[in-house]
Amino acid sequence: MSLTNTQIETIAGLARLQLSPDEIPSYAESLSRILGMVSQLEQADTSKVEPMAHPLTGQVQRLREDSVTSGNAREAYQRNAPQVEAGLYLVPRVIE
Amino acid sequence: MARTLAELAAGLAARKYSAAELARDTLARVERMQPRLNALISVTGEAAMQAATVADRRLAAGEAGPLTGIPMIHKDIFCTEGVLTTCGSRMLSNFVSPYDATVVTKLKHAGMVMIGKANMDEFAMGSSNETSFYGPVKNPWDVTRVPGGSSGGSAAAVAARLAPLATATDTGGSIRQPAALCGVTGLKPTYGRVSRYGMIAFASSLDQAGVIAVSAEDAALALQAMAGFDPRDSTSVDVPVPDYRAALDAPLAGMKIGILKEFFGEGLSSAVEKLVREALAELTKLGAVVKEVSLPSLPLSVPTYYVVAPAECSSNLARFDGVRYGHRCENPKDLRDLYTRSRAEGFGAEVKRRIMTGTYVLSAGYYDAYYLQAQKVRALINEDFARAFSEVDLLLGPTTPTAAFGLGDKTSDPITMYLNDIYTIGANLAGLPALSIPCGFAGHLPVGVQLIGPHFGEAKLLGAAHRYQQATDWHLKTPAGFPEGFA
Repeated sequence: MSLTNTQIETIAGLARLQLSPDEIPSYAESLSRILGMVSQLEQADTSKVEPMAHPLTGQVQRLREDSVTSGNAREAYQRNAPQVEAGLYLVPRVIE
Repeated sequence: MARTLAELAAGLAARKYSAAELARDTLARVERMQPRLNALISVTGEAAMQAATVADRRLAAGEAGPLTGIPMIHKDIFCTEGVLTTCGSRMLSNFVSPYDATVVTKLKHAGMVMIGKANMDEFAMGSSNETSFYGPVKNPWDVTRVPGGSSGGSAAAVAARLAPLATATDTGGSIRQPAALCGVTGLKPTYGRVSRYGMIAFASSLDQAGVIAVSAEDAALALQAMAGFDPRDSTSVDVPVPDYRAALDAPLAGMKIGILKEFFGEGLSSAVEKLVREALAELTKLGAVVKEVSLPSLPLSVPTYYVVAPAECSSNLARFDGVRYGHRCENPKDLRDLYTRSRAEGFGAEVKRRIMTGTYVLSAGYYDAYYLQAQKVRALINEDFARAFSEVDLLLGPTTPTAAFGLGDKTSDPITMYLNDIYTIGANLAGLPALSIPCGFAGHLPVGVQLIGPHFGEAKLLGAAHRYQQATDWHLKTPAGFPEGFA
C-alpha cells in the first residue's frame, strides 16, 4: 500500500488541513506504512461476521426526549469564541 | 508518613493534619518538582485552598467521606469550569471550559481538592507524552526516559508522590501503559462504567475514564465516587455500582486466572516476561488457579485499532474549526482558509497523521475494506474474550513489551510507537475493564503486570490486585530524590 503525494493532498483537503510542501512526502511515507500494517486485517475470515456496532454486546445508544434541558448560556460559551458580534460568531464573508 | 490515599484519609480523620495543610504541602511539592518533571499544565492554587477550606469544614462536621480533603490532579482532557482545559494541544491552549465534566463534578462532591491539570499527549494520541504542545513529561524513575502516554502527566505525578490520585483516560492503553512505566496502579473501567460527559473525545467507542493511584485500594475508593449512570452520556450504562472497597477482601482461593498465550511471544522483553511470571506465581501462592488460554484473533488488535481509532478521531476532531472556540489563524482570507490554517496551526504532527488516516479509511471506496472489516475483526476479538471469560475469572499478561524507553527514541517511527500498546488495545476494543499494577524492576525501571476482567468485573480485578499488593510492596517503592509518601 503506497500513497502518492497527490493522494495526501486530497486527504488533507478532505480533512481541512493545510500542509506545507515539505510535510507532504513524510505523511505519504508514514500513512503508507500505517496502511501497510493495517492490511493484516485482510487475513481474517469475516465472511460470517456482523460488524461490531457497540463495544458492549446488545447495548444500543439511548435516545432522549427532544426537549430543552438547560438554560441559555450563550454568553458563557461565547467567552471562548475568537470573534463575536451582537451574540453572533463572526467568520470571513461567504456571500458577496 | 502516609504512603497511600487510604492512609492519608485516616490521618485527616484523626486530625493529624488538615486538608488546608495537605493542599499547601501538595502545592509546595508541585512547585519544587514541576521543573524536573513537567507533569502539570496548570496549577490551581487558589481554588485548591478554597476547596480545602470547605473540606476541613466537612471533616469538622463529621460529614466527610473517604476522599474528602485529599489532593488530586485531573488529566487536562477533563473539562473544568473556569479553568484552562487544553487537552495538551495548541488548539485548546486558550480554552477555559464553561462547565465541569461529570467526573470532575463527582470528585468535587466527594470533597477532593484539585491541585492542577496533568500534562498529556495531544488529544490523548501518543504513548510517550512527547506529542504534548506543552512539552514531554519526564519519568521520575529516570528523567531521560518517557513516562508513557497518553496519561503521562497523571502517572508521573502519582509516581513522584505529588498527589495520591490523578484521573486519566484510556483509549488504547493510555492509563495502563504509563502506570506500568511509572510504577503505579492504573485502572481502566468497563466502557460506559464512568461517564464520558465533559471528557474531550478522541475515539468515542473506545474512550473510558479511570484513575492512576498508588494502590488498588486507593483506585477502588476513587472508582466508587466516579462510577455510575449519567444521563448526559448516551453510552453510559445503567448498571448498579457495587461496593468496591468491601469487595477488596474477597479471598483469591480458587480464582481462575487465564494466562494469555498470545502475550508471551516475540517482542516481549525477557526482563518483563520474568517479572510477569513471578507475579503470576505470587497470585498462585495466594490461591489462584492458572490456566493457559488462547485468543487467536488478538494479534490483529493493533491493525484493528489503527483503523477504528483514527476513523473516530477524524470525525470527533472535525469540530475544531476556529469558529466557536479554540485556535484561529491570523487574517483568514476566506472560510476555507480559516478552517485549513486554524487546524494546521492548532494540531500537532501526530494528531494530523491520525486525522488523515481516519479520513482515508472512511473515504468513499475504502470504507468497506478498512472500517467495516476492522469492525468485523473487532467482533472476532470480542468473541475471543467472551469465550475466555466463560472459562476463567481474569486474564493476565504484561502491560507493556518493555520498561520505559528513552525520550526521543521512538518519535521518528509512528509504527514502533504504536506497538507499545500491543497488550493493552484488546481490552479497549472489547470494552473490558483492565488494570496495571507494579510487579518489580528491570534494572532501575518499574514493570507492570496487567489483569483484564469481564464486563463490569472491576471489583474482581481490584480484589486480585489488592491481595497481590498485601503480599508484595512493589507499589510502595518510590523513585530516588522524590518523597516516599504524602504527609
